[in-house]
Amino acid sequence: MTARLAAPSPSPAGRGRDPCAALGEAKLRLPPAQALLARKAWEGEGKVFPRNLALTLPLCGPLPLPPGAGEGAAPWRRAALALCPLALSACQGIQSALDPAGHQSGRIAGLWWLFLAVLAAIYALVLVLLLIAAFRSRRRRSLPPGPAFRPEEPTERRLTRGLTAWAVGTAAIVLTLTGFSYAVDRDILALGHRAELTIEVTAKQWWWQVKYDDPVPNRSFETANEIRLPVGVPVRVVLKSQDVIHSFWVPNLHGKTDLIPGRVNETVIVADREGRYRGQCAEFCGFQHANMALDVVAMPREQFDAWRESQLAPASAPSDDRSREGQRVFLTSACVMCHTVRGTTAASRVGPDLTHVAARPSLAAGTLPYSKGNLAGWIADPQRIKPGSQMPVVDLSADQLQSVLAYLDGLK
Amino acid sequence: MSPRDASPFIRRDGPALEEVETYARLERTWATPPGLWGWLSSVDHKQVGRRYIVTAFVFFLLAGLLALAMRMQLAGPEQTLLTPDRYNQIFTMHGTTMMFLFAVPVMEAFAIYLVPLMVGTRAIAFPRLNAFSYWVYLAGGVMLWVAFILNVGPDVGWFSYVPLAGPQFSPGKRTDFWAQMITFTEVAALAVAVEIIVTVFKQRAPGMSLNRIPLFVWGQLVTSFMVVFAMPAVMVSSSMLIMDRLIGTHFFNPAEGGDALLWQHLFWFFGHPEVYIIFLPATGFVSSILPTFARRPIFGYTALVLALVATGFLGFGLWVHHMFVTGLPHLGNSFYTAASMAIAVPSGIQIFCWLATLWDGRPRFATPLLFVIGFIVIFVLGGLSGIMLASVPIDSQVHDTYFVVAHFHYVLIGGAVFPLFGAVYYWFPKFTGRMLSERAGAWNFGLFFVGFNLAFFPMHILGLIGMPRRVYSYPAGLGWDDLNLLATAGATILAAGVLVFLGNVWHSLKYGLVADDNPWGAATLEWATTSPPPSFNFVHIPVVTGSNPLWEEPDGLPVVGGLRVDQRELLLTSVVDAEPEVREPSPEPSIWPLLSATAVTILFIGSIFTPWAVVWGSIPLAVGLIGWFWPKSAPDTPEPVID
Amino acid sequence: MERAPRFAADLAHLPTSAHGPRATTWWGTLGFILIEATGFALAAAAYFYLMGQTETWPPGQSPPDWLWGTLQLVLMLASLWPNWWTDRVAHADDLRKVRIGLVAMSAVGLLTLVVRAFEFGALNCRWDDNAYGSMVWVLLGLHATHLITDVGDTLVLTVLMFTKHVEPRRFTDVTDNCVYWNFVVAAWVPLWALLYVVPRVV
Repeated sequence: MTARLAAPSPSPAGRGRDPCAALGEAKLRLPPAQALLARKAWEGEGKVFPRNLALTLPLCGPLPLPPGAGEGAAPWRRAALALCPLALSACQGIQSALDPAGHQSGRIAGLWWLFLAVLAAIYALVLVLLLIAAFRSRRRRSLPPGPAFRPEEPTERRLTRGLTAWAVGTAAIVLTLTGFSYAVDRDILALGHRAELTIEVTAKQWWWQVKYDDPVPNRSFETANEIRLPVGVPVRVVLKSQDVIHSFWVPNLHGKTDLIPGRVNETVIVADREGRYRGQCAEFCGFQHANMALDVVAMPREQFDAWRESQLAPASAPSDDRSREGQRVFLTSACVMCHTVRGTTAASRVGPDLTHVAARPSLAAGTLPYSKGNLAGWIADPQRIKPGSQMPVVDLSADQLQSVLAYLDGLK
Repeated sequence: MSPRDASPFIRRDGPALEEVETYARLERTWATPPGLWGWLSSVDHKQVGRRYIVTAFVFFLLAGLLALAMRMQLAGPEQTLLTPDRYNQIFTMHGTTMMFLFAVPVMEAFAIYLVPLMVGTRAIAFPRLNAFSYWVYLAGGVMLWVAFILNVGPDVGWFSYVPLAGPQFSPGKRTDFWAQMITFTEVAALAVAVEIIVTVFKQRAPGMSLNRIPLFVWGQLVTSFMVVFAMPAVMVSSSMLIMDRLIGTHFFNPAEGGDALLWQHLFWFFGHPEVYIIFLPATGFVSSILPTFARRPIFGYTALVLALVATGFLGFGLWVHHMFVTGLPHLGNSFYTAASMAIAVPSGIQIFCWLATLWDGRPRFATPLLFVIGFIVIFVLGGLSGIMLASVPIDSQVHDTYFVVAHFHYVLIGGAVFPLFGAVYYWFPKFTGRMLSERAGAWNFGLFFVGFNLAFFPMHILGLIGMPRRVYSYPAGLGWDDLNLLATAGATILAAGVLVFLGNVWHSLKYGLVADDNPWGAATLEWATTSPPPSFNFVHIPVVTGSNPLWEEPDGLPVVGGLRVDQRELLLTSVVDAEPEVREPSPEPSIWPLLSATAVTILFIGSIFTPWAVVWGSIPLAVGLIGWFWPKSAPDTPEPVID
Repeated sequence: MERAPRFAADLAHLPTSAHGPRATTWWGTLGFILIEATGFALAAAAYFYLMGQTETWPPGQSPPDWLWGTLQLVLMLASLWPNWWTDRVAHADDLRKVRIGLVAMSAVGLLTLVVRAFEFGALNCRWDDNAYGSMVWVLLGLHATHLITDVGDTLVLTVLMFTKHVEPRRFTDVTDNCVYWNFVVAAWVPLWALLYVVPRVV
């Protein structure tokens, strides 16, 4: 437990290239009432609660990043990035369409750079023409400021020829670009035939339910707000919604696809390199559209298989009295109205499955990084952290909260 | 010819009547009665147009304040200036107000004011309908803003996607106010579209054949046709939405055979043409301003007209590119990619013609021309990023991100607001009789240009590095902080530009240089009359002999006589060649348009609360309309001779 | 005004009212017909769209009963003749015949409204049953609104024609009203097919 709390600082060695390190630290300001509860919870652990009532938390979880994740960018891409110096100051990290880590996002980024190059050249041409038009006229301004003049025939003819060339050129360029766009689209779609794994993602206001399907029914399992996938394996993602329209978007891997109630959509994602990526809902879906993120972790096949096995297991039994008390509180309070913890009587499917909640990188759909302190704050007053969230305030005493925390934090 | 017309007491304009007396009689016939009653019953297209312009700018300022509030919230990560509830209302109100209460109405407003002047007629077609449309527009806008102030402002985006906007996920009245605002503003816009079409078709000055119509008027004509075919879509869809919400229909309810994407198809069938409904009038501004300041006729008149018409048609074939990520079949999507890219051709032609006009001209860099140059710089960039968005794969990444926010602000502010400000500087002397300050104008332009680019260019990058739209806050550390701060700084500079503009208008109204009839030396008919124009626009209806009448007839335009001066009378001409056909009476001022608009308002707002309002509300509406169309009982009498 | 105007022509001889495309009201009527036709077309497109989303159409209900809708169709098609006649006599400025025509058209209009009321009763669905029911009610309601508007307009014109307000422009109003009635009938033919035939053939 203590180790867990201490864990979230990234290793110094990884700091240089870990894109997460650049994330810096997010400050979570807690309102007084909730802070009080959180403090009680925290101090129950024998920790000193920070005086300014602010929890200083790194945004990134403890997941190690493979070496060279940030350095793997091709030189041409780096050169291209230099074109937009403002972007360089930004974190080229875990939620960027310009930092592709998958086949599709790579093709799309390539297409985008191609479009940028062609269109930037056209733009430069227009600007140059505009400048010359103004410059020329400066010279001509010295002409007596008479009334408007009648254009000369030869000039008109020359300009008309220019117009024809311009129109033909525009048509040729957009036709070519359309061709490239179509080719990339076909290529991206072709990947779908090679999908080896199927995940069903159901969007809900404001979190993601993730179901790993398997032909063997008892090898299917459910998690929330995180997707893990083996590197290099195309994964079919079946997209559904039970309330409003959302959009599934992990920019480092692929463009977005909407999740629409009454329809079933599909997309395929593949990660070509290990790493942690962030996805976010991209269709306005109400109050907490801003806090509907998910973590995507690409890991080597063996690690993925191991994770999968661990997820298939029911929740670990509470190991100490505190946790046992917490389980009792959990199973007799409002918590069970919404949540499932496999292996217990809690089996409601309104909210996220909590069977392995403590093994997830974040809480409340990417709103907070997972830590016991954040979990305390979240349970104590979800409406302050994520106003409008479907998670209600459950009336727990400080002691009960403490126990529930101990229990949930054990659900690795 | 009826016997009464042959009476020797009837007065007509012509050589037999002295100019001063003609003027005085026309003024008595056409002037709006004084006082509040007269103000409320005015049907003068210039007064109604001015009201439209002022009202639209008030909404522009209000929506701009909302934009600033959003930029303050997003200046840094995890800010808590606004609650998510407030923020969602604010971004919805910003988009809704800018699109429905500012951009479309302000373009209509310029059409209402300028089109009759530019085609050389005394009044707009259906002036009472025109007055009615203003009151309905005003009522819709006020209703929406009162709702917002009372915390029942809409909060599901200007596009109101179902099911989020449906009865299950948006209980309460917020979305109903949005849907009814749509009905209000679309009724107004459709009415104006019909007026403009008929004015252009039937009321052009003799000699103004189709190939001599000013490009601004062409732009407004194509726009009006687009309104006719596009706006019914949003009226149909918003009516379906409000019925789903209020009387339990199931158009968008997948559980009962409805479909969420039906809304998107209908909305974007309107929504994409909407962009061109805003943009085409702006191209009209550009095509008016450029020749005047380049001091040569526009290059490529025919090409520009064809480009306008082509854009009008293509504009209806692209709506699906707003739905590329909804999972529609990819082959179909590729068709829409091609269609969306195809629109680059007419746009490119327009840009070329404008550049060529400037190239071959002897430009005078007054403020209107500065705004036109700013327009080219900004709009072309927006158009090019639009080509990126037309590509299905690229769109799948940047759709619904800040890249799109950047794109459409480049297109709409660059493509429409810059020309609009140029237009205000250009026609202000005609509207008010005074010039705006050129020095303040240059400051206005500079702040606007710099502020705009600082505010919106970074958003391209923000979108590419993952920032989605419509988020009330974002976590620190994703690399979005600095760019957002920069955007906020740019927004404040932009706002300073708007302040300079307001100061300039306020100061110039009182102290500006007095403008003569044609201060810029322009070529079109609105400059052939006084600044500001008299209530009857022209003492005599001018005859047009070319595409640039005032340049081609430097000694004054020939005119036609024979219209009555003791009654409101218009000259109707044939559609293609503008041959004189009919002298048609034009309606007198009337309070009934206001009363009818009030009845409509009661019906629309009432129906938010009970569907029966449609039934009982139709009674006062019927009374209003009958009162409106019932002929005046006073028989027409020839006007006595003025002493 | 400083310079004496150069008069190119004297237009005093022009008429002060005209029928058809020479008058503004004809174009205005046409403009609103275009708008409403677009509305009908979009509503019909929505009908087909929703039909395409469902396996069975109508889903669980029987199609609307033939009788009233078809009677409406026959009635409307028959009304084209008196409407055409009224239009012709209005062009001739024949007040007596226009009065007869308008009274007849008012009667026909009121009759179609009565039939429309029975049509609503024979739809075999409610607007809140499902999307099909909503669509059917809205299509029929949309057309009913046009019927009510045009019948109201005809009634007012009829009354006007019996008052002192008869003047040449009134006859133009009558011809415009006749144009609009043609549109209302023309809109009903495809709508009738949509509501009564399509559910039986798919």
